[in-house]
Amino acid sequence: MSTDTAAAPKKESLFSKKNRRLLSDPLDDSNPITVQVLGICSALAITVQLQQAVIMSLSVLFVMIGGNVIVSLLRNLIPDRIRIIVQLVVVASLVIIVDQVLKAFQPDISEKLSVFVGLIITNCIIMGRLEAFALGNKPGPSFLDAIGNAIGYAWILLAVSIVREVFGSGAISLPGMGQVKFLPAEWFMSEGGFYENNNLMILPPMALITVGIIIWIQRSRNQSLIEEN
Amino acid sequence: MAIDKNSTGYTFLFSVIMVVVVGTSLAYTSLSLKERQDANAADKKMMDILGAIGIDANRTNANELFADYVVERVAIDMSGRELLATATPVDPKDKADPFGIDVKKDYRASVKSAVKAADGDEAALMAALSEDDLRFPLFRCEKDGESLYVIPVVGSGLWGPIWGYVALEEDKTTIYGANFDHKTETPGLGAEIKESFFTEKFKGKKLNSNAVALFTVTKGGAPTDQYSVDGITGGTITSKGVDEMINRTLKVYYRYFESETRAQR
Repeated sequence: MSTDTAAAPKKESLFSKKNRRLLSDPLDDSNPITVQVLGICSALAITVQLQQAVIMSLSVLFVMIGGNVIVSLLRNLIPDRIRIIVQLVVVASLVIIVDQVLKAFQPDISEKLSVFVGLIITNCIIMGRLEAFALGNKPGPSFLDAIGNAIGYAWILLAVSIVREVFGSGAISLPGMGQVKFLPAEWFMSEGGFYENNNLMILPPMALITVGIIIWIQRSRNQSLIEEN
Repeated sequence: MAIDKNSTGYTFLFSVIMVVVVGTSLAYTSLSLKERQDANAADKKMMDILGAIGIDANRTNANELFADYVVERVAIDMSGRELLATATPVDPKDKADPFGIDVKKDYRASVKSAVKAADGDEAALMAALSEDDLRFPLFRCEKDGESLYVIPVVGSGLWGPIWGYVALEEDKTTIYGANFDHKTETPGLGAEIKESFFTEKFKGKKLNSNAVALFTVTKGGAPTDQYSVDGITGGTITSKGVDEMINRTLKVYYRYFESETRAQR
């Protein structure tokens, strides 16, 4: 039980083929958002700006790794009857820590993300991975599984937010750099130009449509994902 | 020794240990970050106050600019009496400092329910709040050789609290600028009160000390005069909240301004 990630299973190397799949599968074949359709709420809500999506992704990455590793370490100690409550407490504590740290070090972004940091607690991806994976696997693979799923979540968030911010605000924002407007100001209609930002992109429906398009592209490339009915 | 993981005793013990460990670690995190968070909140407050007089501050220069522009901080009571005036640098730890008055907390704790109970009856509201020892902060600023008065306002929108700062010119009847913010108003509707297109409309408007309402936020699209601005269409209740908080709060400050003018004569 005292093993940590470095001293993970001796028989099987941490980066065996099976374990590598833990990292790569969630990026495509079993992507938490586009295939399992989990964690959609936050994916729609905080993808207006890239900056918010980056911070959100990092927060989820932290909670996901922390939660998976802690639950995996405790997996033989957790009483079955209260396992969901234990998972919830672990996730909630990690989320509160993230929230407090953001308030202290990134107050502006913390304000913009508002309730959505707190809502990481209810992000189905995290509870899902804790219940389905960490509870039955050693810390090493759980750690990889956490990274895989968090990145699978993150890349969708980043992709959606880049599309929405570029077309919706005509700008791109990165943490610490602010919003960079890359289109010349005179192109905009308000300045007598020809270009207008698409306001629909800023609104929530467009997040859903963007995710839908990503799912479409993904399924046309990877036919095995298409359900038979 | 084999322990039965599913026995009640074990489950109970596990929960107790878990709660103690989690509680301790969260308390520790919260305490160790509190100072930074408070400093951030103070910076934000300074930025908002400076925003009301049209100074664009950010977190790095808020303290400095605040010290430059805000020349005096006054605390007054409900009846408009001056309790304290200070010009010393802001001390966030000093409870008496007008800067530290938490008007949002006061609103939550007592004003909100009193406003609801009074239902527009001003005398009843005064009576209900007279025992609460409320303090109201006023920030006197100097900008381009002119005195400006920044007044914090707090009220209720549709879903939750709304707040803001209103800056008055030296004559105390002309609005120099205003900014508003909210916690949970509907995006695209009530939430628009924080946007500049709405706050810009307040600039140059007058307060009507002879009428029942000092200032009105009209229902979307209604004609406006120099004592009113057009509210937000689809954000009627939020607009009404802005109207209510401005009137209720500015009346307190008017009593102070009047007593001050009398004293000068």
